[in-house]
Amino acid sequence: MHYESPIREPLITGNKSYHDITTEVARPIETTAGRSWWIVFGISAAMFLWGMGCLAYTVGTGIGVWGLNRTVGWAWDITNFVWWVGIGHAGTLISAVLLLFRQKWRMSINRSAEAMTIFAVVQAGLFPVFHMGRVWNAYWVLPIPNNFGSLWVNFNSPLLWDVFAISTYLSVSLVFWYMGLIPDFAMIRDRAIKPMQKKIYTVLSFGWGGKAKHWQRFEELSLVLAGLATPLVLSVHTIVSFDFATSVIPGWHTTIFPPYFVAGAIFSGFAMVQTLLIIMRKVVKMEAYITIQHIELMNIVIMLTGSIVGIAYITELFMAWYSGVEYEQYAFLNRATGPYWWAYWSMMTCNVISPQLMWFKKLRTSIVFTFFLSIIVNIGMWFERFVIIVTSLHRDYLPSSWTMFSPTFVDIGIFIGTIGFFFVLFLLYARTFPVIAQAELKTILKSSGEEQKKHHHE
Amino acid sequence: MATTKKYWKGIEELTNEPAVQELAKNEFPEEVPTADFLGDNQLANSSTSRRDFLKFMGFSTAAASLAACEAPVQKVIPYVVKPEEITPGVANYYASTYADGHDFASILVKTREGRPIKIETNKDAPINGAMNARVQASVLSLYDTGRAKFPTKAGEEVSWSAADADIVKRISEANAAGKQVVLLTGSTTSPTVRSLVAEMAAQFENTKHVSYDAISYSALLDAHGEAFGKRAIPSYHFDKGHVVVGIGADFLAEHLNFGYSRDYIKLRDPRAGKMSSHWQFESNLSITGANADHRVMIKPSEQGKVALALYNALAKKAGASTIGSVTTAYDEQVAAVANKLWAAQGKSIVMAGSNDLAVQKVLVGINQLLGNYGATMDMNQALQVKQGSDSDMGALLADMKSGKVGALIMSGVNPVYNHAAGSQFAEALAKVDLSVAISDRADETAQNAEYLLPANHYLESWADAEPVEGYYTLAQPAIQKLYSTRSLIENMLSWLGKGSSYDYLRGVWSSNILMAGLGNWNQSLHDGFYQLPSEGSMEAAPMLDVSADGRAIAQRKSEGFELELFAMANMGDGAEANNPWLLEMPDPITRTSWDNYLTVSRADAEEMGLVNENTSNGALNGSLVNVTVNGVTVENVPVMIQPGQAVGSAGLAFGFGRAAAGTAGNGVGVNAFPLYAGSQTSQTNVQIEKVEGVHEFACIQLAHTMMGRDIVKETTLEDFIKDPLSGNEPITFETHEGEKPASEVNLWEEFDKTTGHWWNLSMDLNNCIGCGACVVACQAENNVPVVGKDEIRRSRDMHWIRIDRYYSSDMTKAKAKEEEVGAIDMYASMEDPADAPEVVFQPVMCQHCNHAPCETVCPVGATAHSGEGLNHMAYNRCIGTRYCANNCPYKVRRFNWFNYPTYSKFTDVNPAQDEMGKMVLNPDVTVRARGVMEKCTMCLQRIQLGKLEAKREGRPVADGDFTVACAGACDTNAITFGDVNDKDSKVHALRDEPRQYYLLEEIGTKPSVFYQTKVRNKA
Repeated sequence: MHYESPIREPLITGNKSYHDITTEVARPIETTAGRSWWIVFGISAAMFLWGMGCLAYTVGTGIGVWGLNRTVGWAWDITNFVWWVGIGHAGTLISAVLLLFRQKWRMSINRSAEAMTIFAVVQAGLFPVFHMGRVWNAYWVLPIPNNFGSLWVNFNSPLLWDVFAISTYLSVSLVFWYMGLIPDFAMIRDRAIKPMQKKIYTVLSFGWGGKAKHWQRFEELSLVLAGLATPLVLSVHTIVSFDFATSVIPGWHTTIFPPYFVAGAIFSGFAMVQTLLIIMRKVVKMEAYITIQHIELMNIVIMLTGSIVGIAYITELFMAWYSGVEYEQYAFLNRATGPYWWAYWSMMTCNVISPQLMWFKKLRTSIVFTFFLSIIVNIGMWFERFVIIVTSLHRDYLPSSWTMFSPTFVDIGIFIGTIGFFFVLFLLYARTFPVIAQAELKTILKSSGEEQKKHHHE
Repeated sequence: MATTKKYWKGIEELTNEPAVQELAKNEFPEEVPTADFLGDNQLANSSTSRRDFLKFMGFSTAAASLAACEAPVQKVIPYVVKPEEITPGVANYYASTYADGHDFASILVKTREGRPIKIETNKDAPINGAMNARVQASVLSLYDTGRAKFPTKAGEEVSWSAADADIVKRISEANAAGKQVVLLTGSTTSPTVRSLVAEMAAQFENTKHVSYDAISYSALLDAHGEAFGKRAIPSYHFDKGHVVVGIGADFLAEHLNFGYSRDYIKLRDPRAGKMSSHWQFESNLSITGANADHRVMIKPSEQGKVALALYNALAKKAGASTIGSVTTAYDEQVAAVANKLWAAQGKSIVMAGSNDLAVQKVLVGINQLLGNYGATMDMNQALQVKQGSDSDMGALLADMKSGKVGALIMSGVNPVYNHAAGSQFAEALAKVDLSVAISDRADETAQNAEYLLPANHYLESWADAEPVEGYYTLAQPAIQKLYSTRSLIENMLSWLGKGSSYDYLRGVWSSNILMAGLGNWNQSLHDGFYQLPSEGSMEAAPMLDVSADGRAIAQRKSEGFELELFAMANMGDGAEANNPWLLEMPDPITRTSWDNYLTVSRADAEEMGLVNENTSNGALNGSLVNVTVNGVTVENVPVMIQPGQAVGSAGLAFGFGRAAAGTAGNGVGVNAFPLYAGSQTSQTNVQIEKVEGVHEFACIQLAHTMMGRDIVKETTLEDFIKDPLSGNEPITFETHEGEKPASEVNLWEEFDKTTGHWWNLSMDLNNCIGCGACVVACQAENNVPVVGKDEIRRSRDMHWIRIDRYYSSDMTKAKAKEEEVGAIDMYASMEDPADAPEVVFQPVMCQHCNHAPCETVCPVGATAHSGEGLNHMAYNRCIGTRYCANNCPYKVRRFNWFNYPTYSKFTDVNPAQDEMGKMVLNPDVTVRARGVMEKCTMCLQRIQLGKLEAKREGRPVADGDFTVACAGACDTNAITFGDVNDKDSKVHALRDEPRQYYLLEEIGTKPSVFYQTKVRNKA
């Protein structure tokens, strides 16, 4: 007797055959871009160029073109850095952790989620580099043998840990992502008819032949890399949080930061995946592969991590009160009631209250609502970093140094530029890379489904 | 194909004729006439050998290619013959005098390679005057490119000889025509100038000398003139003044500018078990008021009434007759003060800032009743630094208008700018036949004068002074004149046909001052001063009859809104208005730089709808008003809401609003002098009218209270005597080993600090009066850039030392607990300073933490700890992440947001961008480039120099061998530098004082800088 689960919805809808998957995944690569793609790409490229201009102005003139001051030494730069790193968390979580947990639904989304991760980490990496007053000496943070005498990096500095954490994360994610792409590149190669295209994909696919041995190695390497990447999901944001947690500034000096940052990162990462995939599935017609079920599952992750983040916020408030430290108490009172109250309450609304709406099945299966909420969550998570960084710094120990921060057009320009850069990369990716891990996806195509039975009866 | 093709030069080559074969053997087809060339006998005789030719060619090729790559040309001119006194890299110090009529100080000029770069206090001088911010900054004015560089007549360049000839001729003509020849100077105490004036008067019998002070002390002088027959100001001895009462007199800072803080602080040491009692009655919150034990806010017009009430109260006690009956709203305080004063007869000082003769006469009466003359106030060796006479100046203006003045020589004065009737003065100048301005720049007055004779800077001149009778000081040139300039003395000598200023001055000294055998020129020049042995005391003057003045005061009424004009610690009377260091120095009270403003009380501001608001980046904005007094309006005056401002009054500072100061100072603030009608600082019936627009302030302290935190610890004398630890109760932590003091709770392993040096700084908050001289001294010593108003507005001040000023708030934690106010409301109301606040000042610089939060976070290890307890900053290694600044609990780190030495935004303000201004830079200190962090180094260059000198002399470093710039500039010994590992050092003793505490000790940073609790005498 053949047994079929009555509960589990199929992960791929629309009675797809193997060939359908191949053609549909290859379609965006094999056809020319439509008008809407060019419009979005044009806007993104313009944003990117504007950002590059702002960066060039910063490097040419000095960090003074930003809105920072003697009291608030970091603001949008590190806010954006943490925000982008956070966004970069979902990809690895989906591809590595869910792989280890045998969550098959990841297969439709892991490729794009990982691409998003890499592109987001690229954006994130720009900020710690360009926030340096003397960016031309940025390589001094690398522990490379040098002829400056006995100069060496300071291994006590969390900023140095960041350097290692981010670079490790980027390289492992890149390798993991690329490795997964090899069979799919080979598929494109095999279908390619234009000589140039064929050449490129031949090189990219590393001579993949689809032999059993290839598949065996592929599977093994996937598992090994997943095992390697899984701790990174936790470590990267933990280390980023150390930038703050190891300091003496009230509002930064908090032991809850590592788990709180990791939960926040997954929260924001999934939100960004939602934002991107809801558009992408429509544009490249992947509704059959990225289904409401995927969206709902991701919404549940958002709801869960959002709740963790909410608990973290409340724990911080409790600890501030319970610690009896007046600086700490004031730091949190100031967040909620001081001049930046609007940032705090934006954060609270977006990150704590709004994900709770996902308890309603109707809402978490609504594409429009999901898209709207994913944007809200991303805004909220940006504010979370802004609140942590700016509202802690602007009023710390000695009131004589208290001041405020306001961004300049350059601060804003660079942030817009990274959004543009991110979309430029993502749009190029969507037209040149197989956006769904089709080789893997084919393993979960139900070949004994209703359709087959229908065929059988006929 | 292509390779098989062959081309021929001609048909001959193709046929391969023998001639062609022959030619192919030769290098050249035609014979080169080498024999002719080599056979030239002249060539053989030439001294240029082929070897030389190759050398020359090699050299020219190398030179040409070197010249092609343009190497930066540094103008370094070495000494051809080494001057005897100058060793490159070693500083020379010369004793000199700063006396510009507004400030007086006995100074040491530090020169490096012939350039003056720093002004220090002449500690050997018995009378120092005030080492204030202006004196500290004066060295920068030397290198001001805005200075006049050559003499001009009606704006056209003219030679000195032509100018001299014309001026002398026209003075003689004017004199012959019976017209006045007037020499108008600031208060000058120079014996040489006096002698020259006498010589000039002998030659031109119509010569008149008029002294003019921009901020007048005429009434004070006249009152004493009436009482003692000698128009002078008594020398105040605050070290004997156990009860000090100021009535609108900012004597610690801007009243008389004679450094009274130095003596005042001597009676403020709580360890003696007693302190002087200081009461202040004033309208504006002054530095003196901020330091007073009791401060009473009065309206400006009430100064006279308070003085009279005090006179009556004392007269009653003395059994003398009282004058009229006057009641004020402050009778209770006046009675308390009278009791205090009466108990301290002959040991008190009562001072008033008013320039109202009646008030000053009543003050003479008060001090006579108290028997202070001859005790705390010395008319025998009187203060001479102020001599200006309002009536002389009034008469001069009238004479000028009526054409009676034939020649007017003005030196060091700028009445067109700083006289209430400045515009009238400018018009009247046109009626003077010959007007000569001896001025350092084409200022407002010089522009209206016929001749502008550029004046020397005081560091380029020979000069002398007699600030106090019998106390003479010398000023010597510390640098060759930078431009074609002459001092007043040199000009007068030229006109009188005398010799050099040195010879003349020395002649005056040897004949008049250094009387045979008593004094020695070389010693006096070395010391910078010469003091005559004091002569017997003056006969007591009879009680001055002040009844008429008292009655006049009693009848006065307070009318309308009132205004009190004052001088600020940074700009004074505005003579140095183009000095970027002073422009950037925040006013100690408002902590606002690059401005003056109308200070109004919160209540008045609310009534008039005037606001102070912070923009989104924190920068302060204020309303604008037009201020009208006696029909004169000053427009667009920014409003600063000032705690401690008496309700119904406003304050406005002199010294700003210059039109012709120079690129940095022009148009900064508004000019208050037009409101200075009758040279009265107190004005009534003031109309204040709100106008459209907002003013952008450059305020570096936006939160004004301590928010209930233990930042400045303070106690009262009463409590201190009972328990020396009062106000400074040790901080303890509960640990698993029981309660422990904060100093013993430690996350880290301690370094061994018991060997070698351990440099520490002690900051006595009881001694710090907040004057800000240290801020400028540090700026000069450490090449701290000037960043200008816009950057200050963005909270990007670069000063390495700042003086935090906190006001008390009406809300305290105790009050909140008592009244059950919630935390949110409590903190919200704590942010508001009280309307009548107590004020504290706290100098904060890098605390040189021994467990420094900045050091652990730098990814490249650019900031590290020294073995001598200092926190070092390696600029070359810094990549500018600013993590250290974020993690600094004291927020003392300063980031180079731009390349201040080159970026165009700072061209007008940063001296390091100016060809001349650069000369003031201290060659021992790096000028920081953009993108690096900087901060107080505890004057590391001085520490190194001191250690090297001791090493060279083969001895250990002794306490007091050297000190840091801020400590050296402090008149009140608030800052003590030294090695705590030296058991005999002052700083070692101070560390063990019960008042000693570390700022934010509970964080565990273990600083090398510590503070001493402030103690107020509330009894």
